[in-house]
Amino acid sequence: MSGLIKSSIARKVVMALSGLFLVVFLTQHFTINITSVIDPETFNSWSHFMGYNPLVQFVLQPILIAGVIIHFVMGFALEIQNKKARGGSYVKYKGSANAPWVSRNMIYSGLVVLAFLVLHFYDFWVHEMAYKYIEVSPEDPTRYYHETVEKFEPFWRTILYVIAFVLLSLHLWHGFASSFQSMGWNNKYTPAVKTLTKIFSVVIPLGFAFIALYHHFNPITH
Amino acid sequence: MKLYLKIWRQKDASSPGKIVDYTLDGVEGDMSFLEMLDILNEELVSKGEEPVEFDHDCREGICGTCSLQINGEPHGPDRLVTTCQLHMRKFNDGDTIVIEPFKAKAFPVIKDLIVDRSAFERIQQAGGYISVNTSGNTVDANAIPINKHDADEAMDAATCIGCGACVAACKNASAMLFTSAKVSQFALLPQGRIEAVERVQNMVRQMDLEGFGNCTNTGACEVECPKGISLTNIARMNREYLSASLKG
Repeated sequence: MSGLIKSSIARKVVMALSGLFLVVFLTQHFTINITSVIDPETFNSWSHFMGYNPLVQFVLQPILIAGVIIHFVMGFALEIQNKKARGGSYVKYKGSANAPWVSRNMIYSGLVVLAFLVLHFYDFWVHEMAYKYIEVSPEDPTRYYHETVEKFEPFWRTILYVIAFVLLSLHLWHGFASSFQSMGWNNKYTPAVKTLTKIFSVVIPLGFAFIALYHHFNPITH
Repeated sequence: MKLYLKIWRQKDASSPGKIVDYTLDGVEGDMSFLEMLDILNEELVSKGEEPVEFDHDCREGICGTCSLQINGEPHGPDRLVTTCQLHMRKFNDGDTIVIEPFKAKAFPVIKDLIVDRSAFERIQQAGGYISVNTSGNTVDANAIPINKHDADEAMDAATCIGCGACVAACKNASAMLFTSAKVSQFALLPQGRIEAVERVQNMVRQMDLEGFGNCTNTGACEVECPKGISLTNIARMNREYLSASLKG
Protein backbone atom coordinates (compact mmCIF):
# COMPACT_ATOMS: atom_id res chain seq x y z
CA MET A 1 0.00 0.00 0.00
CA SER A 2 2.91 2.41 0.74
CA GLY A 3 4.01 2.00 -2.88
CA LEU A 4 0.51 2.92 -3.99
CA ILE A 5 0.50 6.19 -2.00
CA LYS A 6 3.83 7.30 -3.51
CA SER A 7 3.01 6.27 -7.07
CA SER A 8 2.36 8.73 -9.86
CA ILE A 9 -0.91 6.99 -10.78
CA ALA A 10 -2.26 7.16 -7.21
CA ARG A 11 -1.51 10.89 -7.17
CA LYS A 12 -3.41 11.33 -10.42
CA VAL A 13 -6.35 9.50 -8.88
CA VAL A 14 -6.24 11.72 -5.78
CA MET A 15 -6.35 14.80 -8.05
CA ALA A 16 -9.22 13.27 -10.02
CA LEU A 17 -11.33 12.24 -7.02
CA SER A 18 -10.86 15.53 -5.14
CA GLY A 19 -11.60 17.42 -8.37
CA LEU A 20 -14.80 15.46 -9.03
CA PHE A 21 -15.85 16.02 -5.42
CA LEU A 22 -15.41 19.76 -5.97
CA VAL A 23 -17.48 19.51 -9.16
CA VAL A 24 -20.32 18.00 -7.10
CA PHE A 25 -19.91 20.80 -4.55
CA LEU A 26 -20.02 23.45 -7.32
CA THR A 27 -23.30 22.00 -8.57
CA GLN A 28 -24.84 22.16 -5.09
CA HIS A 29 -23.47 25.67 -4.49
CA PHE A 30 -24.85 26.89 -7.81
CA THR A 31 -28.27 25.34 -7.17
CA ILE A 32 -28.60 27.31 -3.94
CA ASN A 33 -27.16 30.55 -5.33
CA ILE A 34 -29.42 30.70 -8.38
CA THR A 35 -32.43 30.87 -6.04
CA SER A 36 -31.16 34.30 -4.93
CA VAL A 37 -32.15 35.52 -8.39
CA ILE A 38 -35.37 33.53 -8.67
CA ASP A 39 -36.85 33.64 -5.16
CA PRO A 40 -35.15 35.42 -2.19
CA GLU A 41 -37.27 33.53 0.35
CA THR A 42 -36.08 30.14 -0.90
CA PHE A 43 -32.51 31.46 -0.90
CA ASN A 44 -32.88 32.56 2.72
CA SER A 45 -34.36 29.29 3.92
CA TRP A 46 -31.79 27.10 2.07
CA SER A 47 -28.91 29.30 3.23
CA HIS A 48 -30.17 29.15 6.80
CA PHE A 49 -30.36 25.38 6.60
CA MET A 50 -26.77 25.20 5.28
CA GLY A 51 -25.58 27.61 7.96
CA TYR A 52 -27.16 25.91 10.96
CA ASN A 53 -27.57 22.21 10.13
CA PRO A 54 -25.00 20.37 12.31
CA LEU A 55 -24.38 17.72 9.62
CA VAL A 56 -23.55 20.42 7.05
CA GLN A 57 -21.53 22.55 9.47
CA PHE A 58 -19.51 19.94 11.32
CA VAL A 59 -19.27 17.06 8.85
CA LEU A 60 -19.72 18.26 5.26
CA GLN A 61 -17.94 21.62 5.66
CA PRO A 62 -14.72 20.10 7.07
CA ILE A 63 -14.81 17.45 4.30
CA LEU A 64 -15.17 20.22 1.71
CA ILE A 65 -12.25 22.20 3.16
CA ALA A 66 -10.14 19.02 3.21
CA GLY A 67 -11.10 18.38 -0.43
CA VAL A 68 -9.98 21.86 -1.48
CA ILE A 69 -6.70 21.59 0.46
CA ILE A 70 -5.90 18.11 -0.89
CA HIS A 71 -6.61 19.25 -4.47
CA PHE A 72 -4.37 22.30 -4.40
CA VAL A 73 -1.55 20.86 -2.25
CA MET A 74 -1.32 17.81 -4.51
CA GLY A 75 -1.56 20.08 -7.56
CA PHE A 76 1.42 22.13 -6.39
CA ALA A 77 3.43 19.04 -5.44
CA LEU A 78 2.86 17.49 -8.86
CA GLU A 79 3.68 20.74 -10.67
CA ILE A 80 7.05 20.99 -8.86
CA GLN A 81 7.81 17.32 -9.56
CA ASN A 82 6.86 17.72 -13.22
CA LYS A 83 9.05 20.80 -13.67
CA LYS A 84 11.99 18.84 -12.22
CA ALA A 85 11.31 15.93 -14.58
CA ARG A 86 12.01 18.14 -17.62
CA GLY A 87 15.44 19.07 -16.24
CA GLY A 88 15.79 22.46 -17.91
CA SER A 89 13.80 24.04 -20.68
CA TYR A 90 13.86 23.61 -24.43
CA VAL A 91 15.25 26.45 -26.55
CA LYS A 92 12.10 26.07 -28.63
CA TYR A 93 9.02 24.27 -27.31
CA LYS A 94 5.85 24.36 -29.38
CA GLY A 95 3.25 23.26 -26.83
CA SER A 96 0.40 24.65 -28.91
CA ALA A 97 1.18 22.17 -31.69
CA ASN A 98 -0.04 19.19 -29.75
CA ALA A 99 -2.10 20.21 -26.70
CA PRO A 100 -4.75 22.85 -25.94
CA TRP A 101 -3.84 25.90 -23.83
CA VAL A 102 -6.21 24.97 -21.01
CA SER A 103 -4.60 21.56 -20.49
CA ARG A 104 -1.10 23.06 -20.34
CA ASN A 105 -1.97 25.84 -17.90
CA MET A 106 -4.05 24.14 -15.21
CA ILE A 107 -1.65 25.43 -12.56
CA TYR A 108 -2.34 29.06 -13.55
CA SER A 109 -6.12 28.73 -13.85
CA GLY A 110 -6.01 26.83 -10.56
CA LEU A 111 -3.96 29.56 -8.88
CA VAL A 112 -6.48 32.23 -9.92
CA VAL A 113 -9.33 30.10 -8.54
CA LEU A 114 -7.35 29.60 -5.33
CA ALA A 115 -6.76 33.36 -4.98
CA PHE A 116 -10.48 33.85 -5.55
CA LEU A 117 -11.25 31.32 -2.80
CA VAL A 118 -9.24 33.42 -0.35
CA LEU A 119 -11.37 36.48 -1.20
CA HIS A 120 -14.56 34.42 -1.20
CA PHE A 121 -13.76 32.94 2.23
CA TYR A 122 -13.05 36.40 3.56
CA ASP A 123 -16.29 37.74 2.07
CA PHE A 124 -18.67 35.07 3.30
CA TRP A 125 -17.14 32.38 5.51
CA VAL A 126 -15.14 34.68 7.83
CA HIS A 127 -18.17 36.95 8.10
CA GLU A 128 -20.38 33.95 8.93
CA MET A 129 -17.98 32.60 11.58
CA ALA A 130 -17.76 36.08 13.19
CA TYR A 131 -21.55 36.44 13.17
CA LYS A 132 -22.13 33.07 14.79
CA TYR A 133 -19.19 32.48 17.09
CA ILE A 134 -17.55 35.83 17.89
CA GLU A 135 -20.46 38.25 17.97
CA VAL A 136 -22.75 35.35 18.99
CA SER A 137 -25.61 37.04 17.15
CA PRO A 138 -29.05 35.42 17.22
CA GLU A 139 -30.28 33.20 14.40
CA ASP A 140 -31.88 35.31 11.70
CA PRO A 141 -33.25 33.25 8.80
CA THR A 142 -33.97 36.38 6.74
CA ARG A 143 -30.51 37.99 6.62
CA TYR A 144 -28.83 35.97 3.83
CA TYR A 145 -30.43 37.53 0.77
CA HIS A 146 -29.62 41.15 1.57
CA GLU A 147 -26.14 40.24 2.90
CA THR A 148 -25.38 38.55 -0.43
CA VAL A 149 -26.78 41.29 -2.62
CA GLU A 150 -24.89 43.97 -0.65
CA LYS A 151 -21.64 42.09 -1.19
CA PHE A 152 -21.94 42.71 -4.94
CA GLU A 153 -22.46 46.44 -4.59
CA PRO A 154 -18.77 47.33 -5.21
CA PHE A 155 -17.88 47.03 -8.89
CA TRP A 156 -14.33 45.81 -8.14
CA ARG A 157 -15.58 42.77 -6.24
CA THR A 158 -18.10 41.86 -8.94
CA ILE A 159 -15.39 42.07 -11.61
CA LEU A 160 -12.93 39.98 -9.57
CA TYR A 161 -15.62 37.33 -9.15
CA VAL A 162 -16.40 37.31 -12.88
CA ILE A 163 -12.70 37.00 -13.80
CA ALA A 164 -12.35 34.08 -11.37
CA PHE A 165 -15.39 32.37 -12.95
CA VAL A 166 -13.80 32.64 -16.41
CA LEU A 167 -10.65 30.93 -15.11
CA LEU A 168 -12.80 28.36 -13.28
CA SER A 169 -14.46 27.61 -16.59
CA LEU A 170 -11.08 27.03 -18.27
CA HIS A 171 -9.96 24.83 -15.35
CA LEU A 172 -13.10 22.70 -15.59
CA TRP A 173 -12.87 22.51 -19.40
CA HIS A 174 -9.80 20.29 -19.05
CA GLY A 175 -10.18 18.98 -15.52
CA PHE A 176 -13.64 17.44 -15.56
CA ALA A 177 -13.16 14.94 -18.40
CA SER A 178 -9.49 14.49 -17.52
CA SER A 179 -10.38 13.12 -14.09
CA PHE A 180 -12.23 10.20 -15.72
CA GLN A 181 -9.17 9.36 -17.84
CA SER A 182 -6.98 9.47 -14.69
CA MET A 183 -9.21 6.93 -13.00
CA GLY A 184 -8.88 4.63 -15.99
CA TRP A 185 -12.33 5.39 -17.35
CA ASN A 186 -11.85 5.75 -21.10
CA ASN A 187 -14.51 3.82 -23.01
CA LYS A 188 -17.54 4.19 -25.28
CA TYR A 189 -19.02 6.75 -22.86
CA THR A 190 -15.97 9.06 -23.10
CA PRO A 191 -17.42 11.23 -25.90
CA ALA A 192 -20.52 11.78 -23.72
CA VAL A 193 -18.31 12.70 -20.74
CA LYS A 194 -16.44 15.20 -22.94
CA THR A 195 -19.72 16.77 -24.06
CA LEU A 196 -20.95 16.95 -20.46
CA THR A 197 -17.62 18.57 -19.52
CA LYS A 198 -18.09 21.30 -22.11
CA ILE A 199 -21.68 21.98 -21.03
CA PHE A 200 -20.83 21.98 -17.30
CA SER A 201 -17.70 24.11 -17.62
CA VAL A 202 -19.62 26.80 -19.50
CA VAL A 203 -23.03 26.71 -17.82
CA ILE A 204 -21.97 26.66 -14.15
CA PRO A 205 -19.33 29.45 -14.23
CA LEU A 206 -21.53 31.51 -16.58
CA GLY A 207 -24.38 31.05 -14.10
CA PHE A 208 -22.22 32.16 -11.19
CA ALA A 209 -21.09 35.22 -13.18
CA PHE A 210 -24.71 36.00 -14.03
CA ILE A 211 -25.69 35.88 -10.34
CA ALA A 212 -22.85 38.27 -9.37
CA LEU A 213 -23.67 40.71 -12.19
CA TYR A 214 -27.43 40.47 -11.55
CA HIS A 215 -27.02 41.49 -7.91
CA HIS A 216 -24.58 44.24 -8.83
CA PHE A 217 -27.02 45.81 -11.28
CA ASN A 218 -30.13 45.14 -9.13
CA PRO A 219 -29.16 46.47 -5.68
CA ILE A 220 -31.67 46.47 -2.82
CA THR A 221 -33.19 49.94 -2.61
CA HIS A 222 -33.68 51.16 0.94
CA MET B 1 16.83 25.20 -50.69
CA LYS B 2 18.90 27.15 -48.20
CA LEU B 3 18.34 26.55 -44.49
CA TYR B 4 19.48 28.25 -41.32
CA LEU B 5 20.08 25.61 -38.68
CA LYS B 6 20.32 26.22 -34.95
CA ILE B 7 21.73 23.02 -33.48
CA TRP B 8 22.33 22.05 -29.86
CA ARG B 9 26.02 21.16 -29.41
CA GLN B 10 27.19 19.55 -26.18
CA LYS B 11 30.60 17.89 -25.70
CA ASP B 12 29.45 15.34 -23.13
CA ALA B 13 26.99 14.74 -20.30
CA SER B 14 28.87 16.92 -17.84
CA SER B 15 29.60 19.87 -20.15
CA PRO B 16 27.11 22.68 -20.71
CA GLY B 17 25.54 22.79 -24.14
CA LYS B 18 24.69 25.67 -26.44
CA ILE B 19 22.99 26.43 -29.73
CA VAL B 20 25.37 26.79 -32.70
CA ASP B 21 24.26 28.39 -35.99
CA TYR B 22 24.91 26.72 -39.36
CA THR B 23 23.86 27.67 -42.87
CA LEU B 24 23.24 24.79 -45.28
CA ASP B 25 22.68 25.22 -49.00
CA GLY B 26 21.58 22.77 -51.66
CA VAL B 27 19.01 20.87 -49.61
CA GLU B 28 16.47 18.97 -51.77
CA GLY B 29 12.83 18.40 -50.83
CA ASP B 30 13.06 14.63 -51.25
CA MET B 31 15.92 14.29 -48.76
CA SER B 32 15.03 12.96 -45.34
CA PHE B 33 15.82 15.10 -42.31
CA LEU B 34 18.69 12.77 -41.39
CA GLU B 35 20.12 12.97 -44.93
CA MET B 36 20.09 16.74 -44.54
CA LEU B 37 22.13 16.34 -41.35
CA ASP B 38 24.46 13.89 -43.19
CA ILE B 39 25.20 16.62 -45.74
CA LEU B 40 25.86 19.14 -42.99
CA ASN B 41 28.23 16.66 -41.31
CA GLU B 42 30.11 16.03 -44.58
CA GLU B 43 30.63 19.76 -44.88
CA LEU B 44 31.80 20.00 -41.27
CA VAL B 45 34.20 17.06 -41.68
CA SER B 46 35.65 18.51 -44.91
CA LYS B 47 36.32 21.74 -43.03
CA GLY B 48 38.01 19.81 -40.22
CA GLU B 49 35.22 20.48 -37.73
CA GLU B 50 33.57 17.92 -35.49
CA PRO B 51 30.33 16.50 -36.97
CA VAL B 52 26.99 16.80 -35.18
CA GLU B 53 26.26 13.57 -33.33
CA PHE B 54 22.73 12.18 -33.70
CA ASP B 55 21.06 8.78 -33.25
CA HIS B 56 19.94 6.75 -36.26
CA ASP B 57 19.71 3.13 -37.34
CA CYS B 58 17.14 1.62 -39.71
CA ARG B 59 16.06 4.89 -41.36
CA GLU B 60 12.78 3.14 -42.19
CA GLY B 61 10.73 4.43 -39.27
CA ILE B 62 10.55 1.13 -37.44
CA CYS B 63 13.48 0.90 -35.03
CA GLY B 64 12.85 3.87 -32.73
CA THR B 65 16.48 4.98 -32.70
CA CYS B 66 16.22 8.42 -34.29
CA SER B 67 14.93 11.24 -32.14
CA LEU B 68 15.41 15.07 -32.28
CA GLN B 69 13.25 17.92 -31.13
CA ILE B 70 12.71 19.87 -34.36
CA ASN B 71 11.27 23.39 -34.12
CA GLY B 72 9.79 22.55 -30.73
CA GLU B 73 8.24 19.20 -31.67
CA PRO B 74 9.62 15.66 -31.37
CA HIS B 75 10.25 14.19 -34.86
CA GLY B 76 9.31 17.59 -36.34
CA PRO B 77 6.10 19.08 -37.68
CA ASP B 78 4.82 16.03 -39.61
CA ARG B 79 2.47 13.52 -37.97
CA LEU B 80 2.90 9.74 -37.54
CA VAL B 81 6.50 9.77 -38.76
CA THR B 82 9.90 9.44 -37.15
CA THR B 83 12.67 11.95 -37.94
CA CYS B 84 14.18 9.58 -40.53
CA GLN B 85 10.87 9.60 -42.41
CA LEU B 86 10.44 13.36 -42.17
CA HIS B 87 11.16 14.89 -45.56
CA MET B 88 12.68 18.27 -46.26
CA ARG B 89 9.71 19.15 -48.48
CA LYS B 90 7.96 19.95 -45.19
CA PHE B 91 10.25 22.99 -44.94
CA ASN B 92 10.67 26.06 -47.12
CA ASP B 93 13.68 27.82 -48.61
CA GLY B 94 15.09 30.25 -46.05
CA ASP B 95 13.54 28.51 -43.02
CA THR B 96 15.27 28.54 -39.65
CA ILE B 97 15.19 25.13 -37.99
CA VAL B 98 15.97 24.66 -34.29
CA ILE B 99 17.27 21.15 -33.59
CA GLU B 100 17.62 19.98 -29.98
CA PRO B 101 17.92 16.67 -28.15
CA PHE B 102 14.85 15.19 -26.41
CA LYS B 103 14.89 16.87 -23.02
CA ALA B 104 14.08 15.03 -19.79
CA LYS B 105 15.91 14.44 -16.53
CA ALA B 106 15.54 10.71 -17.21
CA PHE B 107 17.09 11.12 -20.71
CA PRO B 108 20.53 12.67 -20.02
CA VAL B 109 22.44 13.99 -23.03
CA ILE B 110 25.38 11.82 -24.05
CA LYS B 111 26.67 14.14 -26.79
CA ASP B 112 25.09 16.81 -29.00
CA LEU B 113 21.69 15.41 -30.04
CA ILE B 114 22.13 11.93 -28.57
CA VAL B 115 20.35 11.15 -25.31
CA ASP B 116 20.53 8.09 -23.08
CA ARG B 117 17.13 6.40 -23.28
CA SER B 118 18.11 3.33 -21.25
CA ALA B 119 15.47 4.35 -18.67
CA PHE B 120 12.98 2.83 -21.13
CA GLU B 121 14.98 -0.42 -21.18
CA ARG B 122 14.84 -0.60 -17.40
CA ILE B 123 11.06 -0.07 -17.41
CA GLN B 124 10.78 -2.94 -19.89
CA GLN B 125 13.06 -5.15 -17.83
CA ALA B 126 10.89 -4.49 -14.76
CA GLY B 127 7.96 -6.38 -16.28
CA GLY B 128 7.51 -5.87 -20.02
CA TYR B 129 7.69 -9.56 -20.85
CA ILE B 130 5.89 -12.87 -20.34
CA SER B 131 7.55 -15.93 -18.85
CA VAL B 132 7.29 -18.81 -21.30
CA ASN B 133 8.24 -22.41 -20.69
CA THR B 134 10.90 -23.23 -23.28
CA SER B 135 11.50 -26.80 -22.12
CA GLY B 136 10.13 -28.26 -25.33
CA ASN B 137 6.51 -28.26 -24.18
CA THR B 138 5.86 -24.75 -25.47
CA VAL B 139 2.25 -24.29 -26.52
CA ASP B 140 1.74 -22.55 -29.85
CA ALA B 141 0.46 -19.05 -29.11
CA ASN B 142 -2.18 -19.45 -31.81
CA ALA B 143 -3.70 -22.41 -29.95
CA ILE B 144 -5.39 -19.97 -27.56
CA PRO B 145 -8.39 -18.25 -29.13
CA ILE B 146 -8.32 -14.45 -28.77
CA ASN B 147 -11.07 -12.20 -30.02
CA LYS B 148 -10.21 -9.95 -32.95
CA HIS B 149 -10.81 -6.68 -31.09
CA ASP B 150 -8.42 -7.55 -28.25
CA ALA B 151 -5.81 -8.90 -30.66
CA ASP B 152 -5.96 -5.68 -32.71
CA GLU B 153 -5.74 -3.44 -29.63
CA ALA B 154 -2.78 -5.43 -28.28
CA MET B 155 -1.07 -5.21 -31.66
CA ASP B 156 -1.69 -1.45 -31.83
CA ALA B 157 -0.05 -1.05 -28.41
CA ALA B 158 2.82 -3.29 -29.47
CA THR B 159 3.67 -0.99 -32.38
CA CYS B 160 5.36 1.38 -29.86
CA ILE B 161 8.99 1.63 -30.95
CA GLY B 162 10.16 3.22 -27.68
CA CYS B 163 11.60 6.31 -29.35
CA GLY B 164 10.78 8.63 -26.43
CA ALA B 165 8.80 11.24 -28.40
CA CYS B 166 6.01 10.98 -25.80
CA VAL B 167 8.41 12.04 -23.06
CA ALA B 168 9.90 14.80 -25.22
CA ALA B 169 6.48 16.22 -26.13
CA CYS B 170 4.92 16.04 -22.67
CA LYS B 171 5.18 19.27 -20.69
CA ASN B 172 5.83 17.06 -17.64
CA ALA B 173 8.31 14.71 -19.35
CA SER B 174 6.00 11.84 -18.43
CA ALA B 175 6.64 8.32 -19.75
CA MET B 176 3.07 7.14 -19.23
CA LEU B 177 2.29 6.60 -22.92
CA PHE B 178 5.35 4.38 -23.43
CA THR B 179 4.80 2.41 -20.21
CA SER B 180 1.08 2.05 -20.84
CA ALA B 181 1.70 0.70 -24.35
CA LYS B 182 4.07 -1.91 -22.94
CA VAL B 183 1.56 -2.82 -20.21
CA SER B 184 -1.38 -2.91 -22.63
CA GLN B 185 0.20 -5.20 -25.22
CA PHE B 186 0.18 -7.95 -22.57
CA ALA B 187 -2.82 -6.88 -20.48
CA LEU B 188 -5.17 -7.54 -23.40
CA LEU B 189 -3.95 -11.09 -24.07
CA PRO B 190 -4.51 -14.26 -22.00
CA GLN B 191 -0.76 -15.00 -22.05
CA GLY B 192 -0.17 -11.69 -20.29
CA ARG B 193 -2.78 -12.06 -17.57
CA ILE B 194 -0.72 -14.56 -15.51
CA GLU B 195 1.84 -11.93 -14.46
CA ALA B 196 -0.45 -8.91 -14.89
CA VAL B 197 -0.58 -7.84 -11.22
CA GLU B 198 3.21 -7.80 -10.72
CA ARG B 199 3.89 -6.42 -14.20
CA VAL B 200 1.97 -3.16 -13.93
CA GLN B 201 3.16 -2.50 -10.38
CA ASN B 202 6.81 -3.16 -11.20
CA MET B 203 6.80 -1.16 -14.43
CA VAL B 204 5.07 1.86 -12.85
CA ARG B 205 7.45 1.71 -9.88
CA GLN B 206 10.45 1.71 -12.25
CA MET B 207 8.94 4.53 -14.33
CA ASP B 208 8.59 6.65 -11.17
CA LEU B 209 12.11 5.74 -9.99
CA GLU B 210 13.61 6.94 -13.27
CA GLY B 211 12.34 10.45 -12.54
CA PHE B 212 9.74 10.86 -15.28
CA GLY B 213 6.95 13.37 -14.57
CA ASN B 214 3.25 12.77 -13.97
CA CYS B 215 0.64 12.58 -16.70
CA THR B 216 -1.80 15.50 -16.72
CA ASN B 217 -3.79 14.25 -19.73
CA THR B 218 -2.80 17.04 -22.12
CA GLY B 219 -2.70 14.49 -24.96
CA ALA B 220 0.53 15.91 -26.45
CA CYS B 221 2.13 12.43 -26.42
CA GLU B 222 -0.63 10.89 -28.50
CA VAL B 223 -0.39 13.67 -31.11
CA GLU B 224 3.39 13.44 -31.43
CA CYS B 225 3.72 9.63 -31.24
CA PRO B 226 5.06 8.40 -34.61
CA LYS B 227 3.07 5.19 -34.15
CA GLY B 228 -0.21 6.79 -33.05
CA ILE B 229 -0.30 5.06 -29.65
CA SER B 230 -3.62 6.07 -28.06
CA LEU B 231 -4.33 7.65 -24.67
CA THR B 232 -6.75 4.76 -24.04
CA ASN B 233 -3.63 2.76 -23.17
CA ILE B 234 -2.89 5.15 -20.28
CA ALA B 235 -6.44 4.72 -18.98
CA ARG B 236 -5.98 0.94 -19.25
CA MET B 237 -2.69 1.10 -17.33
CA ASN B 238 -4.37 3.22 -14.62
CA ARG B 239 -7.14 0.61 -14.32
CA GLU B 240 -4.63 -2.23 -14.25
CA TYR B 241 -2.55 -0.46 -11.64
CA LEU B 242 -5.46 0.41 -9.37
CA SER B 243 -6.93 -3.09 -9.49
CA ALA B 244 -3.46 -4.64 -8.98
CA SER B 245 -2.85 -2.41 -5.96
CA LEU B 246 -6.16 -3.38 -4.42
CA LYS B 247 -5.44 -7.08 -5.00
CA GLY B 248 -2.04 -7.10 -3.44
